[in-house]
Amino acid sequence: MTATTARTTTVEVRLPSRLGFEKVAMSTAASVAKLMGFREERIEDLKTAVAEACINAIEHGNRLNEKLSVGVTLSAGTDQLEVKVMDDGKGMKNLPIKPDIDRKMHGEEDPRGMGMFLIQALVDEAEWVVGANGKGSYVRLVIRLDKEQA
Amino acid sequence: MQTDTKSKIDQTTSPSGNPVTVLRFEGDISSASKEAVIGSYQSLSKATVKTVLLDFTKVEYINSSGIALVIQLLMEAANSGQKVLAFGLSAHFQKVFTMVGITKYAGLFPDQTAALATV
Repeated sequence: MTATTARTTTVEVRLPSRLGFEKVAMSTAASVAKLMGFREERIEDLKTAVAEACINAIEHGNRLNEKLSVGVTLSAGTDQLEVKVMDDGKGMKNLPIKPDIDRKMHGEEDPRGMGMFLIQALVDEAEWVVGANGKGSYVRLVIRLDKEQA
Repeated sequence: MQTDTKSKIDQTTSPSGNPVTVLRFEGDISSASKEAVIGSYQSLSKATVKTVLLDFTKVEYINSSGIALVIQLLMEAANSGQKVLAFGLSAHFQKVFTMVGITKYAGLFPDQTAALATV
């Protein structure tokens, strides 16, 4: 689905809560970013961030319940792309922490759990919003066009 | 619905004459890749294999669950006294591997020749 206002073009995708379908959102985000003129390096950053946000929504938000879907809204403005990934979960209580590879290698930290860190590290803005009544949470990502790209 | 990961085991020799085992991956590396990543690594002899090269040349997508499998492989290799090197990662995934600290435990190289030159 696509909608355009004076300054923002919006693309919406709904994904089943099944691992692997994050690649649909990833490809859509990459296509939109390419149309906006983002450099290839930034598109790769965006793809990983969007994929990780969708995986979190599928696994933790919707707990792999295929009756629930993950909503992805891409809002392309003049100088930035905003991505919202929505699920039916209660939201993330903890903010991302930098993974400690030494602790992971020594079995003191779960080898997994890097998704939120990667999201935050690869985009210009990332925020996790808890939905009202403990449902309908989302993560909001923003990636900005560099001045020379805009 | 996740894409299968293929893995293949090759044997080669470094320019210094040291035997090297190469694990070549193809497809996506994700939570569905445990058998391809960990299973293929665990099929190697810990007694005879001292150096393992991970070939990511034909891998286009790696997510955090896939990176966790690579870390698990590195843990097992470290506990067995094996050296692990990786090559063929795109510039983006070289950056991601560096961000999560994997480069502390596995050298990253552009291609197999460059990796073998250090063994």
